This record gives sequence, C-alpha cells and structure tokens, in this order.
Amino acid sequence: MNAIETTVRSFIADNFYVRDIDALSSDASLLRRGIVDSTGVLELTAFLESAFAIKVADDEIVPENLDTIDAIVAFVARKRSPKAA
Amino acid sequence: MCGVAGIYAETAAAAAPRREELDAMTRALHHRGPDADGAIVSGRCGLAHTRLSIIDPRLGAQPMSTEGGGLVLSYNGEVFNYVELREELVALGHRFATQSDTEVVLRAYAAWGEDAFTRFNGQFAIAIWDAFRERLVLARDRLGVRPLYTCAHLGRVYFASEIKAIFAADRTIPRALDPRGIDETLTFWTVVAPRTAFAGVEEVRPGHVRVYDAKGVRETAFWSLRYPHDFEGTIEDAAEAVGEALSRATSLRMLRADVPVGAYLSGGLDSSLVAALARRATPARFSTFSVRFEDGEYDEGRFQRLVADELGTEHHEVVVRASDIARAFPDVVAHAERPILRTAPAPLLLLSRLVREAGIKVVLTGEGADEMFAGYDLFREAKVRRFWARQPDSKLRPRLLERLYPYLARSPVANNGMSHAFFGSGIDAPDALDFAHDTRWRTTSALKRLLSRAMKDAIGGHDARAELLAALPPDLASFAPLARDQYVEIKTLLSGYLLSAQGDRMLMASSVEGRFPFLDADVVKLANALPPSYKLRVLDEKHVLKRASRDLVPPEILRRKKQPYRAPDALSFVGASAPPWVRELLDERAVARGGVFDPRAVSALAGKCRAAAATGKLSNFDNMALVGVLSTQLLHHGFVEQRRES
Repeated sequence: MNAIETTVRSFIADNFYVRDIDALSSDASLLRRGIVDSTGVLELTAFLESAFAIKVADDEIVPENLDTIDAIVAFVARKRSPKAA
Repeated sequence: MCGVAGIYAETAAAAAPRREELDAMTRALHHRGPDADGAIVSGRCGLAHTRLSIIDPRLGAQPMSTEGGGLVLSYNGEVFNYVELREELVALGHRFATQSDTEVVLRAYAAWGEDAFTRFNGQFAIAIWDAFRERLVLARDRLGVRPLYTCAHLGRVYFASEIKAIFAADRTIPRALDPRGIDETLTFWTVVAPRTAFAGVEEVRPGHVRVYDAKGVRETAFWSLRYPHDFEGTIEDAAEAVGEALSRATSLRMLRADVPVGAYLSGGLDSSLVAALARRATPARFSTFSVRFEDGEYDEGRFQRLVADELGTEHHEVVVRASDIARAFPDVVAHAERPILRTAPAPLLLLSRLVREAGIKVVLTGEGADEMFAGYDLFREAKVRRFWARQPDSKLRPRLLERLYPYLARSPVANNGMSHAFFGSGIDAPDALDFAHDTRWRTTSALKRLLSRAMKDAIGGHDARAELLAALPPDLASFAPLARDQYVEIKTLLSGYLLSAQGDRMLMASSVEGRFPFLDADVVKLANALPPSYKLRVLDEKHVLKRASRDLVPPEILRRKKQPYRAPDALSFVGASAPPWVRELLDERAVARGGVFDPRAVSALAGKCRAAAATGKLSNFDNMALVGVLSTQLLHHGFVEQRRES
C-alpha cells in the first residue's frame, strides 16, 4: 500500500465511518456500497485537494476517477505527476 | 380522540386483569384523553379508555357495554359515516341510548360481527370483548391512522394505543430495543407493522383484525389496497369527481364533531385545498395553523399567509428555531416511541401545542394527498429511471432527472456521471417491486455502518428489504408501475412514519385529533380507480388534483414547485445553544450503554457535525445519522435504561 492509498483509506475510514477499512477492497465501488453519496463526493474532492495540493476540475469529478480506492489513488498520482500540470 | 388499553388473560391459569393495572395504563395515556377515563373488568378481559370528548360529550363514555355486558368496547377514533350506519341499524331493529359514534361501533359489531369494520369510513383502533364467546377482537383502520399495540407476557396479552401504557401495566415486561426494528428503521426510515422498535411488542397491522379466543390468535385483513384503474371518463370528469369526493370527505370531517374544527396550512396545495373546502363547509369562525421557521430555507410563511388571507381564517403561527427543535426532541421521541431519522415531527409537536392553546381539539390536514395522487418526487424519479432503463446507454434520458432536481444541473457532481452512477443503480431491473424505493433505501441502509458490532451480530442475517418484499401481495407485479410504487410507499412511510411518528403521536401529545380528508375511504377508492396518467401526467405530479383545485386555491399555490416539508436536522443539536443532554447521550460511554451504535463512529460523527455548525453544511447522510443516533439514544435512555434503574 503506497502513501496515497494509506492517506485515502484513513480519510474514508474517519469521514465515512468505515470501521473495518482494511477489509474494504481497493476495487469496491464506493458509490454502490453507499459509502460515498453526492455530498460525500464533494467532501472527498475537497480532501484530495487539500491533502495532496492538487486542483480537481468539475469535469474530473467522475466515477472513473473517484469511485474506487484504486481509481482515486491513480487519479491523485496522475495529478501530482509533473506531466499533469 | 382517545386512548385504548386493556389486558386479556389468554389462559385460565394466567392472572385475571386487575383494576389498578388498567388504571396504570390509562395514566400513561392521559394525554390522549384528558376529559375522562374509565375501565371495566369482565372475566378474563379488562378494557380501559381515556377520552377526548368530541361527539356527544355527555353520553359517549367508554368503555361502553351492551345491555347485560355481553359486548364491551374501548374505541379510539372516528367513524365518519356513523350517522348513516345508525340509520341502517335502526332499520334492523337496534335501539340506541346515545347519539355517539361509539354506540354505533358497538351495535354495528353486534349486528355484523367483523364485517362491520369493512363498513366503517374512518380512523380507528378498536378493542371489543365478547364476554359470551370469551373473545377479544382488536381492529385498526385501513391505512393505520390510529395506533394499536400488543404484547404477550406470562399468559396475558396487553394492548394499548401506545407502548408506554403496556410497559406501565406490568414492570416485569422486558424492555429492549428490537435489533430487527433498528434494521428496518435504517432501511425504510421507519419500522413497519407488525414490528415495532421494541422486542416483544407488536403493532396490529392497518386494515387488519386480530382475534384472541380459545382457539388461539389469528390476524386477517378486512381491507386491502387495490388499484383497479377502472374510472371511465376524461381528465375533466376525473377532476370534477375528485373535487366532489374531497368536498364530501372534508364536510364529513367538519360537521361530525360537537367541538370547533381547525385546519393546518403548510403553504402547499394539499392543505390549502382542504382548508378551502373546510372554509366552504362552515359559516362559523375558522382557525388555521402553520409552522414557520426562523431559517428562511425552510419557511413557507408567505404562502401560508396568502391562503389564510384569501380564506379569511383566524390564522395562528408558531415560529420554530433550531434550538426549539433540540429542546422539544426528547418529548418528540417519548411520544413517537421509535427511532427517527428526521426532526420533522418536532415542529409539528410545537404546532399541536399551539392548536391546543387556541382551544381547538380537532384539525384537518392534507396528509395522504401525495400518496394517493402521486405527489412525491420519488414517483417522478422512478418514471424517469424506468424511461432511462429502456435505453440504458442514453446520455439524454438521465438528464430528465435535472428537471426533478434542479440542483443537479448546477452541481459539479451532476454533469459528469456521478449522479448517473447514483440514480442509475438498479436500472437493470426496472420491474423489481422496490425499483422506485431502491435509491432511498440504499442511501438509508448506508447508516448501518455506524452500528455496533454487537448490534450487527444481533441483526445477523435478517434482511429488512427481503422480508418486506416477501410480504407484498403476490400479484403486486401485475399492478401498473406507479400503483406499485404508491403501494410500497403507503405500506412503509405513510403508515409507519407520517401518520404515526409525525401524525397521531405529535397531535395526541397535545390532545388534538387529526382528520385527513385525503384518506377518506371514498377518496382513496376514487384515486385508485383513476388511470396513472391522470395522477402523474408526464412529470406533472398530482395533475388531477391541481385541476380539481383551480377554483379553490390561489394560482400562486397551484403554480408553486412542490416543496417537501423539512426542518433543520442535525445542526439543531450542535453549537452554543445545544442542550446538555446532547453531549451526554453522544458520550462514548453512553453510546456503549445504548448498545446500538459504535461509540467511536458516533464520536467521529458528532465531531463532524459540531465542526459543521460554523459552515452550516452537512451531508444528507450525516444529518440522518446524527438524528437517528440521538433519537435511538433517547429511546433507550427513556424506555429501557431509566426503567431498569427505577
């Protein structure tokens, strides 16, 4: 588990009250499981922006980037890579 | 309106009911009937009653017996067609000693037995002891306006309008929250009869009669909700018929009372129409009552005033602040007797107090219109999702959701697939009986993440949704999709929450009776006969009702976009004005004692809510979660813990 994933998992555990966060599979849909709802997506986005010093555009708030822990980690990594700028 | 209570010894070995036990039950129900009380012990059964005198205040005392005591009745409610039934019974040779509807109920049962209940157009919870046959009969009105609970304990059956009266009768009755009741609440927003929030306590199902005798116990339906869609006429014919039926229903509820009747005004179509019809039915002074909110986001004062001025009513308002909600909340839960996920009942408790202070005992409301005439967004949302399901890859079809929820069009979450992922769940099964409710139930079920491990274990493999679906009528799949959605909505939220936690309980807390013209037997029958397209025309909700209201309700009200009744939720309980009990009940040790929720998760939730006091922004999930935790904690503290300590 890399540092991004650890930080993301910790946020999901605290903010969305997921007690057994280690048992949450990295490819599980956060939306379908009811962990993240439409307001939750905004909370998640705000967190990613402040924790990883990135800016998320409106058209990047899509399930492809934010619906699973794997997707979030990959999205943050892309945004932080020098090419993303 | 009144309170019913009683004890039945199921076996000869069980202790016969005692007068002091019945008195303890009536004391617990005093608020339901402060005008008088009474009790009768007849062999193995004792019946008790607290009375709010509305019809024939002088002679309608209860429990009421037939000559010789063969039948004894304790009855809560109104049978609005009692005058017509009385004439029928007189023609059959029955003689009456009073003008009360109570005596009509008693003699109707004597004449027709359990078939009598099918003839009643009203709202009732009835207990009849047939001394000759040694048979106890309990019955509840068609849609569950009036409550009736039972509890079997040590060979006896305790029954009452409220659970607190059952617990008051016998201190040895176990008091514990029912894990399955918790599971239902965190799925449907409510427990669903026969289940209650308390283990071992059942609610008689709406439209059912339950009989206890030497053969045991049986519960059968005397009425069921059907949607024949056999109205033959144009939309204009339908609007006229709906207007006439509602006018009759409102007049019956205005005129069949020997005390003044008022009306609630929310500022929406339904209550405005009822108030307008009521105003037409009486030349006397007429009072209307409204909840206003200090927070403009929730306030509908302008529209309430508009209608009150137009009708020339004596208008009363209570202005509710978030701190008022927090202050009233312990009383709300004590009366509701179940966990709730919204604070919306609290302002209605404050409103019923205002009604009582104005000297009014009976109010009409618009409750039931959204269920009978398809007013909720849920029905429109299901229609869009079914349309979308026919072309799941369509990019345009889901955009119709933006017409329902304009915020989606403005939200960054909406334009890009997140909302499609949210609303699109389940569209691969558009014929599922829970298709319309899937989104709501899924969102609500997410709250179960906060449950303690012990509570999760106690719930075990119980699946509230699967259990509800299995209990639905086998032919429900053959109903039109809208009828299916209406059926499920009525069986869950209307009966379990709106008429109960938010209706009967908040009214009766102040000894006020609610009457609901939209739930009149003839109105419901007509509404269910109409084609679905008359109710939900494309995406225009309550279409036929709007047409029926054209000459009665101001155009501004007709044109208004429907605003769901809401009150400030979790943020009522945080910030400087939060009462001390909030912090005490959210304390990790208190949450652990309650046993329902995980203390650490609740701490995190409480911290998040307190932080949100500054911004005023909190998700739907967190709002429901905090209100749900607090109401459950209050319920445990008030009904389980305190009783154990005392």
